[in-house]
Amino acid sequence: MLQFVNTLLTGLGQGAVYAAFALALVLIWRSTRVVNFAQGAMAAFTTYLALLVVESTGSWWVGLLVALASGLVLGAGVERVVVRRVGPHNELGAVIVTLGLFVALQALASILFGAQFRSFPAPAGLEGFSRGGVTIALTPSMLITVGAVAVVLLGLVALFRFTDVGLRMRASAFDGEVARLLGVPVGRMLTLGWALAALVGSLAGVLIAGGSLVWPAYMDTVIVNGFVAAVLGGLDSPGGAVVGGLAMGVILALVTGYVGSDLVPLAALAVLVAVLLVRPQGLFARTAARRV
Amino acid sequence: MSAPATTAALRVTGLTAGYGPVTALDGVDVTAGPGRITAVLGANGAGKTTLLRTVSGLVPARSGSVHAGDVDLTGAAPERIARAGIAHVPEGRGVITELTVEENLRLGALLGKARGRTDTAIDDVYAMFPPLAERRRRDAHTLSGGERQMLVIGRALACGPDVLLLDEPSLGLAPRVVAQIFELLRERVEGSRLAVLLVEQNARSALSVADIGVVLNLGRVVASAPAAELAADDALRHAYLGF
Repeated sequence: MLQFVNTLLTGLGQGAVYAAFALALVLIWRSTRVVNFAQGAMAAFTTYLALLVVESTGSWWVGLLVALASGLVLGAGVERVVVRRVGPHNELGAVIVTLGLFVALQALASILFGAQFRSFPAPAGLEGFSRGGVTIALTPSMLITVGAVAVVLLGLVALFRFTDVGLRMRASAFDGEVARLLGVPVGRMLTLGWALAALVGSLAGVLIAGGSLVWPAYMDTVIVNGFVAAVLGGLDSPGGAVVGGLAMGVILALVTGYVGSDLVPLAALAVLVAVLLVRPQGLFARTAARRV
Repeated sequence: MSAPATTAALRVTGLTAGYGPVTALDGVDVTAGPGRITAVLGANGAGKTTLLRTVSGLVPARSGSVHAGDVDLTGAAPERIARAGIAHVPEGRGVITELTVEENLRLGALLGKARGRTDTAIDDVYAMFPPLAERRRRDAHTLSGGERQMLVIGRALACGPDVLLLDEPSLGLAPRVVAQIFELLRERVEGSRLAVLLVEQNARSALSVADIGVVLNLGRVVASAPAAELAADDALRHAYLGF
């Protein structure tokens, strides 16, 4: 029983990170119909910047702030400088461009920060809480991870639901032409959307790195699991991305705990295939058709 | 060509536009005056929709000019033209179905001229179209065709425009609903500063509500006269208006 609870807790902690990453993918998919394959490499890049700051200031929190801020700038820059040039109604072109960015950013990270493994400090302790000789797999670091994801998530919900900018962003995503006819600067809204998505992606990058190792390709498994989480939730649904992320975390933790950690990548693939076979629109999407 | 010093809210001069090798508009002159409904009539492919899309900046003008009052809007981006007081209700409704009724209206009210009084602007729309008030929290995709048309016209009016461009508002609606919407539009325009440019294939009902009629054929203006005169001109009606 204890092992089951601990597996579940570990899964939810990991799942929070997948949720954040999936959310970043969904934000961009919703507004531009592009799966941003560069999201992981962008997050790795901002995590390296955070690591430099953490090593020089000694503060994990300052590092997190730097990662989030540089994520905003990087996301806006990628949209303005690269993605916009591909032009509208050229989703395939945009996807290829994000794949190219992925390769280029990963290579640039190796050049600038080195290709070796480096350890990234944890935000807080990595020891589970224990009482009466029983230790559960709930650590202070995990609480910070889940809390940070929850704060960012609620912030985004509030932004989209209750602010004028959020309404304009949603209108731009749903129907760009009508939004322009209502005076919405759709181009600026897309830039803002990419910036916010990259911020959420950077959050995932730092959280997954905390108490672990970073190297230029360390986000690769998160990209795969986050993408499956986004598909599971329905690529159009931010709420679905969060549920999908948590579900992926738990499923993969159960596979690790009860089947074997070698099978985790296979399990992720199995979930993806199962979703596409049984419910290709995802758990929460409103639209029935999926464009691939 | 020097433009006459009129008080036209919208003045289109020598406008030419098209798609690739096709010239859809060929030197069109149209004006819309405040407190008036100007109907643009003509068969399919006459250039009516292209005229509105060029005025609102969705289609680039090849030559000619578009002025709102004294402001030259030729070649401006659609969002800038919207902010200058030209509200375009596109063909096929343009409801953002994923948003609620109230969010659609708020989007209009947020635009420039209504700033600081968005709630009043929204309440004005509810007063004009009471069915929308009952459905304000619903997603817009639950609305009927007539309610959708009310929503997009209301949303455009919530922008506080000087010029309203309406593209085929009667499309797909029952004649009774069309008459009701046109009547409300007439009431709203009467005695106001609002200029309406109404594009319609349904010439008979458009001329019944409009002050002035402009007939397009193959991208050129072939007639421009008070609505009653056009309706009485049998030869013109048979040749271009189909009734």
